[in-house]
Amino acid sequence: MSIFKKLTSLFLFACLLVPFRAQAEPSLVTDISSHLISVTSDFTGTDLLLFGTIEAARENNPARHGDIIIAVRGPHKDLLVRKKERVLGIWANTQAVDVERIPGFFALASNRPIEEIADQGTLERLRLGPNRLSYQSQNPGEEFDLFKEAIIRQRSQENLFITNENGVQFLGNQLFRASIHFPANVPVGNYVSEVYFFENGDLISAQTSPLFIKKFGLGRTIYDFANEYPALHGIIAIILALIAGWIASAVFRKD
Amino acid sequence: MPIYLPIAEISVNLFLILGMGGAVGLLSGLFGVGGGFLMTPLLIFTGIPPAVAVATGANQLVAASVSGVLAHWRRGNVDLKMGTVLLIGGVVGSGFGTWIFTILKSAGQVDLLISLSYVVFLGIIGALMLNESLRSLIRSRKGEIARKKLHQHYWIHGLPFKMRFRKSKLYISALMPLGLGFLVGILSAIMGVGGGFIMVPAMIYLLGMPTSVVIGTSLFQIIFVTANVTLLHSIATQTVDVLLALLLMSSAVVGAQFGTRLGALLRGDQLRFLLAFIVLLVCGKLAFDLVLTPEDLYSIGLMSER
Repeated sequence: MSIFKKLTSLFLFACLLVPFRAQAEPSLVTDISSHLISVTSDFTGTDLLLFGTIEAARENNPARHGDIIIAVRGPHKDLLVRKKERVLGIWANTQAVDVERIPGFFALASNRPIEEIADQGTLERLRLGPNRLSYQSQNPGEEFDLFKEAIIRQRSQENLFITNENGVQFLGNQLFRASIHFPANVPVGNYVSEVYFFENGDLISAQTSPLFIKKFGLGRTIYDFANEYPALHGIIAIILALIAGWIASAVFRKD
Repeated sequence: MPIYLPIAEISVNLFLILGMGGAVGLLSGLFGVGGGFLMTPLLIFTGIPPAVAVATGANQLVAASVSGVLAHWRRGNVDLKMGTVLLIGGVVGSGFGTWIFTILKSAGQVDLLISLSYVVFLGIIGALMLNESLRSLIRSRKGEIARKKLHQHYWIHGLPFKMRFRKSKLYISALMPLGLGFLVGILSAIMGVGGGFIMVPAMIYLLGMPTSVVIGTSLFQIIFVTANVTLLHSIATQTVDVLLALLLMSSAVVGAQFGTRLGALLRGDQLRFLLAFIVLLVCGKLAFDLVLTPEDLYSIGLMSER
C-alpha cells in the first residue's frame, strides 16, 4: 500500500517536472542488476549495481555530465525509541517517543557531495539523506531532536543508513553506475530505488523502480510455516527437541 | 561461517552458536540446571532479539533436559513421584506467571524487572550455595566427617498430606513440592528460564533431597516446563527459531552428555561450589550492566513489538 503511494507520488512529481523542460525529452534511463534479493540461509549481504544513461540534450554541453543522486530506501516502519536515565543508581527506560514510518534501510550515493548538487530545499523535499527523512511523532516532546539523532546514529553504526558521496561513477558523459551494499542485517520487505538527475542545481529528471528483499529456500519455508500454523510449529519444535535429546543420549550411551 | 536465521532475521556465525550451545550444554549436564539463565543472555548478546532468544532458548532446553534425564535415569537418579508433584505445581505456576508477565509488559519496564529479578534471585541463591559449599569443602579438607542429622524437623514437617518419596528418602507433606513447583513456575515464566538454578538449591536445602537425585529430578521437571513455554511462545509470538534451536541443540546435547559424565567424577559439595561461582558471576555481570552507563542511552524498537 505505502510503496504504491510512494511510487505514485514520485511518478506524479516526475510528470510535473517534464513540462518545465519540454525540450529535454525523457533524458534518464536506468536499471538495477536485480530487482529481487533473495535471502537464503547463507545470506551475508549483497551488492546491487545501479546503472543508467543520460540521453539526448547532452550534445549542447559535452564537457559536463550533470549530477546523479541515487537513493535506495525501504521498508518503512513505525519505531518506538526509548531513553534511559539513572534512577536510584540503576539505568532504566524513562522516556519513550514514537517515530512514524522510518525506513529500515537507507542508502544514498552521488557523484559529489549532495549539498553541492542541489539546494537544501530540494534535498529536504526529496528526503535525500538520513537527516532529511521525515521524522514525525504523535507526541514528540521537548527533546525530539535527540531521539531523531539516536535513530540516525544507531542505524548508521549498523550500516543500515549509508551515505557515499563518491558512490556514483561516470563513464564518459552519459553512462553512470553505482554499487549499493546491502549488509547481512538488511530487513526484508519492499524497497524503492530512486535516481535523480540534476543539472546546475535543477532537478531535470527522476526515475524510481521497485526492489524486493525476500526470504527464500528453507528459511522461507520455516518462516511461513511458523506464521501460518503456530501451534503445529510449536509442537513440531518440541518433538524435534525430544528426538534430538533422545538421539544424543542413545549415541553417547556407553554400556 | 555465517548462517541466516529465518525467525530471528539475522546472520550469525555458525561456530559461535555451536560453541555457545556446547558450553551451556556442558554446564546443564554438570549441574542439572537447564542453563537458560546463561543461554538467554548469551543469545541476546549475540544480537538475537530478546523475544526470539527466550522462546528459542526454551525449545533448546527441552532437548538438553531430555538428554540429561535419560543419562540420570539409567543411574536411577530420577525421583518420578517427586518430579510429578513438582510439575503439577510448575504448570499452574507458569500459567500464573505468564499472567503477571502480561500485566507488567503493558505497564512497561519489563526488561528492567527481568534484570532485577535475575540479580536478586541469582544473588541470594549464589551466596547461600557458596557459603554452604565452602563450609562443606573446608570440613572435608580438615578430614572431619560432616555430621548430618538424619531427621531435622522444621515447621515444614508439620504440614498435612504427607507423602512418601522413596527415591529421595523423604516423608514430607505434598504441599511442599507443590508450592515449590508453583513458585518456580512463576519465576520461570517471568524470567524466561527453566528454573533449574532455583529448583536445584531449593530441593537440596528446603526439601532436603539427596544431591544425586536432585539433578535428574530437576531435569525431568524442566522438560515439561520448557516444552510448555515453547508451545505458548510459538502460538502467541511466533518467536521460536527452529533452525537456531536445532543448532543449539545439536551442540548442547553433546555438551550435556560430557557434563553428566564429568559430574559423576566430582563430589556434591564441589559441584555446588562451582555452580554457586557461576551463578554469582552471571549475577555480578547483570548487576554491573544495570549501574554501568550504557554505551547508548537510546534504544530503538518497533511500535508493533510494544
